Amino acid sequence: MSAPGAAAAIRFDRIDKRYGGIYALRRVSLEIAKGECVVLCGRNGSGKTTLLRIAAGLVRSSAGTVTRDGERFAPVGFVGHATMVYDELTAEENLLLFGRLLGVPEVAARVNGLLEETGLYERRASLLRTFSRGMRQRVAVARALLHRPSLLLLDEPATGLDSLSVSWLARTLQQLRDSGCTILLSLHGESEISALATRAVRLEAGAVEADSTSGADLKTMLTFSAAK
Amino acid sequence: MSVLSNAAVLLGKELRTEFRSRELLTTTIVFVVMVIILFSFTFNSFSEDSRRFAPGLLWLSFLFAASLMLQPCFLREQSNDTLSALRLSVSDAFAIFLAKLAANTLFLLITEILLLPIFAALYNVQVVPVLHWLLLVFVLGSLGVSLAGTALSAISAQARMRELLLPLLLLPLLTPVLVASAEVTVGLLDRNPYMQWKGVGFLALFDVVFLTALWLFGEYLLEE
Amino acid sequence: MGKRVVTAAIVFAFVATATYASFYIAPTERTMGLIQKIFYFHASCAWAGMTAFLVCFAGNLLYVWRRGDKWDALGVASAEVGLAFITIVLITGPIWAKPVWGIWWTWDARLTSTFVLWLLYISYLLLRTLVEEPDRRALLSALFGIFAFLDVPLVFGAIRWWRTQHPAPVIMGGPGSGLEPTMRKVFFFNVLAMHILMGFLIAARYGLERLRCEVEAIQREEVL
Repeated sequence: MSAPGAAAAIRFDRIDKRYGGIYALRRVSLEIAKGECVVLCGRNGSGKTTLLRIAAGLVRSSAGTVTRDGERFAPVGFVGHATMVYDELTAEENLLLFGRLLGVPEVAARVNGLLEETGLYERRASLLRTFSRGMRQRVAVARALLHRPSLLLLDEPATGLDSLSVSWLARTLQQLRDSGCTILLSLHGESEISALATRAVRLEAGAVEADSTSGADLKTMLTFSAAK
Repeated sequence: MSVLSNAAVLLGKELRTEFRSRELLTTTIVFVVMVIILFSFTFNSFSEDSRRFAPGLLWLSFLFAASLMLQPCFLREQSNDTLSALRLSVSDAFAIFLAKLAANTLFLLITEILLLPIFAALYNVQVVPVLHWLLLVFVLGSLGVSLAGTALSAISAQARMRELLLPLLLLPLLTPVLVASAEVTVGLLDRNPYMQWKGVGFLALFDVVFLTALWLFGEYLLEE
Repeated sequence: MGKRVVTAAIVFAFVATATYASFYIAPTERTMGLIQKIFYFHASCAWAGMTAFLVCFAGNLLYVWRRGDKWDALGVASAEVGLAFITIVLITGPIWAKPVWGIWWTWDARLTSTFVLWLLYISYLLLRTLVEEPDRRALLSALFGIFAFLDVPLVFGAIRWWRTQHPAPVIMGGPGSGLEPTMRKVFFFNVLAMHILMGFLIAARYGLERLRCEVEAIQREEVL
C-alpha cells in the first residue's frame, strides 16, 4: 500500500465510458501508487484498452475524472496496439521527431542512447517499413521512453513478439520499475513480463472484478484470463 | 515546446515524407493538368469570352484537386495510429493542424505555379506582367482551401464513404473562396489588367475566420 | 396528448390566418398581380429557415461545450426543419420567377446564396448518416455545423458582391423596393406565423429524436 498522504501516480474516479448505449467502462475507480507495477487482465472487450487510453488522455471519459500525479499534464509514455510510429521514416528520424516535439533536452544524444539500448543502432537509418514486428515494437517502446516518463502505459506489449523480444521487454520494464517508474500494462496470460507485476487488476465487462497484490492471486488471475 | 516550434518540427516531417515519395504532388499535378486540358476541349479556349470564365475553371480545377489531395491528410495518420502518438507528444493540438495546413497550402501552391504556364498557353492569357499579383491571390486562396480542407479531412477521416464525403463537405463550404479568387483572377487576366482589392480583402477575411475557428475547435476534431 | 392537439391547432390557426391575410387583406400589387403574393410565403419561410439554422448553430456550440445528447437532438431537429423551410424558398422562387421573368432560375444573389446554404445543410445531414457511433456522430456533425454556419455570411457576402455586378433579374423586388404599410403588416404577421410553425416543428422533431435515441439504447442493451 502507498504511504499515507503520497500522491497517487494515477487515480481513476468513477470512470464511465459509453459508446452509444454500450458501456465499455462502468464506474471504474482505481488508484495506482507511485512505483507500482500493475497488470490489467481480462478478456477481450473487458475494457482494458479503453482504460489505458483514458489514462493516457487519448480518450475522453463519459463521466468521472482521471488525475495523474496530482496535476493533469505530465506527459505519459504510451505503447498501444498499433506501433504509433511512421513507416516511411527511419528509426532515427522517428525518434528525433517525437523527441523534438516533446522538448527532450539534448535530443540527439538521447535518441542515440535509446537506439543502443534497444539494439537498433545499426539499423537506425533504415525505413521502419523494413523492420520486423519485434523491431518495430522496440522502436515503439523507445518512443514511449524518450522523455523519461514517470508513468508508463502499455497495451498488450508482448503481442506478436518472439521470445527474444519478450525477454528484452521484460528486462527493460524491470529496469524501469526498479528506477521508480510507475507501470500499468495489460496482458494476456503469464510470461516473463507478468512476473514483474506487484499487483493485478481484473476487468470484466467494464468493471473491476478483482484487485490484488498477493502472488497467488496474481497467478490465478493471469491464468484465468488466458484461459478465456 | 511552443505551438510554433512544434508546428515547425511537424511541418518538417510532412515535407520530408512527401518529398521522399512525391506521390501526392505528382498525382495532384497530373490530375489538374488533365482537368484543365479537358475543360479546354469543351469550348473555344482562344476566344475573348474565354477570358471571362477560364479563371473560374482554373480555380474549380484547383478545388477538385484539393478535395482529392486532402484525403490522405489525416487518413495516413490512422494506419499506425500515429495521430495518437502526435497527440501525446504535443502540448497543443493546434500545432498538428498548423503543420498540416502549411504543408497542404505549400503543395497546392506548387501545383498552381506549375499549372500557370500550361494554363497561359491553352487559354492564351498573359500571366507574366501580373505574376506577383497572381501569386498573392494564389497564396490567399490556397490558404483558404487548405484551412477548410484540413479541418474537414479530419472530420471525413472518421466517417464512412470518405472519398466522396470530403468533396461533398468541402465544395459548398469553399464557394466564397471560389467566387472571390476567380473574380480577382479575371481582373488580372483582362486585356487591361486591374486588381480587385476587395477580393483580396475578402479572401483574407475568410482565412482569418477559418483559422480562428480551427484554433478554437481543432482539438475536438482530433478527439476519440 | 390534449396539449399537443391544442398547440397544433394554435399553430394551424396562425398559419391559416397569415395565408388568409396574404390573399385577402394585403392589396394586390400593381405590376405583378396575384403571383406577387407568393412573396409573403417565400420571404417568411426564408427568415424562419435562417432562424432554424441559428438554433442549430447554438445547439452545435452547446454540444461541443457541454456534450449533452439533448443538444445534438436540437441540432439535428433544427437543421432538418431549417432545410425544409429553405427547400420551400428554393421552390417558390422559381414559381414566382417563371410568370414574371419567363425563366425558372435567375442568378439572383439571395436565391443563389440560399442554394449554397441548402447544399451545406444537406451535407450536414449526410455526414450524420455516415457516422455510426452516436457520440462521434454528434461531435463531428456539431463541428461541421459550426464551420458551415460561420461560412454562411461569407457565402452571402461573396455572391452578393460579385454576382450582382452582372445584371440579373432580382427576385421579388430586391432589398430596395418598398412595401406599402398594409403589405408590411401582413408580411411581418407571416414571419411570425412561420416562426411559430418552425418552433412547433423543431419541438416535435426534437421529441422524436430523443425517443429514437432511447429506443436505440434499449435495443442495444437487449442485444447484450
